[in-house]
Amino acid sequence: MALYTETVMDHFMHPRNVGEIADADGVGEVGNAKCGDIMKMYLKIQDNKIEDVKFETFGCGSAIASSSIATEMIKGRTLEDALALTNQEVVDALGGLPAHKLHCSVLAEEAVKSAIQDYYEKNHIEYDHSKFPKKEDCESCCRMV
Amino acid sequence: MQVYADNAATTRMHQTAIDAMTYHLNNTFGNPSSLYTIGQQAKEVLETARANMAACFGAQPREIYFTSGGSEADNQAITSAAYLGARKGKKHIISTTFEHHAVLHTLKRLEKQGFEVTLLDVHEDGLVSAQQVADAIRDDTCLVTIMFANNEIGTIQPIEAIGAVCHARGVLFHTDAVQAAGHVKIDVNAMHIDMLSLSAHKFHGPKGVGMLYARRGIILTNLIEGGAQERGKRGGTENVPGIAAMAAALKEACANMDANTKKVTALRDKLIDGISKIPHCALNGAREPRLPGNVNFCFEGIEGESLLLLLDAKGISASSGSACTSGSLDPSHVLLAIGRPHEVAHGSLRLTICEDNTEEEIDYILAELPPIVEYLRNMSPVWKDLMSGKRQFTL
Repeated sequence: MALYTETVMDHFMHPRNVGEIADADGVGEVGNAKCGDIMKMYLKIQDNKIEDVKFETFGCGSAIASSSIATEMIKGRTLEDALALTNQEVVDALGGLPAHKLHCSVLAEEAVKSAIQDYYEKNHIEYDHSKFPKKEDCESCCRMV
Repeated sequence: MQVYADNAATTRMHQTAIDAMTYHLNNTFGNPSSLYTIGQQAKEVLETARANMAACFGAQPREIYFTSGGSEADNQAITSAAYLGARKGKKHIISTTFEHHAVLHTLKRLEKQGFEVTLLDVHEDGLVSAQQVADAIRDDTCLVTIMFANNEIGTIQPIEAIGAVCHARGVLFHTDAVQAAGHVKIDVNAMHIDMLSLSAHKFHGPKGVGMLYARRGIILTNLIEGGAQERGKRGGTENVPGIAAMAAALKEACANMDANTKKVTALRDKLIDGISKIPHCALNGAREPRLPGNVNFCFEGIEGESLLLLLDAKGISASSGSACTSGSLDPSHVLLAIGRPHEVAHGSLRLTICEDNTEEEIDYILAELPPIVEYLRNMSPVWKDLMSGKRQFTL
């Protein structure tokens, strides 16, 4: 009985889309080093679509795996579709996470939203603020789900 | 290569202990409380084990109580001393912030029962001083409980000096010696130890067996009511094979202590020197006085659990004080107690070795660890912020 599913271990051992996009159109960073998890997501956006995505994560195995699979899930999606990504979809795609690790999937969802929000802000695009987590909110990273 | 480097979590049973256990599983099934020969043979096994355990600490056999492990022994020692104190109107207990949870949680329960607990701060070197204890003792102090050596960072406390302070002030002194027993010399008389807890599986004995030493005259409070076992202080038919195996393991550990200490300390120092070459890391706790087998580092910019998983993939078993490995959101209370900030405490690695480890294994760890740290740092936004100056290095 392993701690993580094979999919989690695969994404942890061989993370997809690791790194930085120097000229990213949107960058989102969520989490808090104090809580032990920080995810940073970089988006390259063209015609309302996510052309490229990369991530950097400081965190445990499930945090790295959650960010990795989330980048795969949103690549090629329209911004609206990417915004619809839920942490439950991340968990399901990973084949499940231990209960005390579910917050890692929440961070992945929020990292995507935060990067898109950054893109909207930079480009002065109107958006519904209520659909985004508050920045600098440690509660969200420490939120137990 | 498979390298087991988590001997503070548990140890592999040694053949001496396995032999003792299997022998008694095969041959000594009697109940030690029965009066017929088969029962009395089991009783004799128990009493031989008791005498052997006592001899390792300069104690008397009647001062040794067998328990289910270190946690039970800690619970019983502290609860007993507290209730003895309460009878005399003394309801103040002194301990430290970096004790094992078997101690801290017992103290929490006593607080709810009206006891007052003072937890001494631990110096950043991982030590408390006898002077701190002396300053904290009050007229109503009934117990000082301080671990012999810390389970995470391995620092050995000045037990003899603390014991002398307690003795002079007439306060009972308990020490959780779970990590120390079988690894460092302990003399309950010279060190003025009134009560001591240990666990067999930390010195190559079996799990589920431990011991409480309580100086003659200390009346224990039962945690388990039942029969007349353990002088009426711990009900339940004794785990005869486990106890015999524990005594065999302790006897072996004590007999080989000098040689083991020499060998393990050399391996430990090689590991510490090698890991220290990784930039922005630091040894947690003073290098001396430290358990021969304990190595504990914090690495800036990375998180401990991912480090453990990658080490495991290379066959190396280790542990960490990161929140993610504890199942809570806070990192190790020990690392916080010695002043490591949360973000640094998350990036800790504990490697605990024993006499069964080899120099080749140490070389292997030293070859595999640095690239793993570098790999994780390269994908860490925290590390990037540290390197760019957006965040300040603390190590």
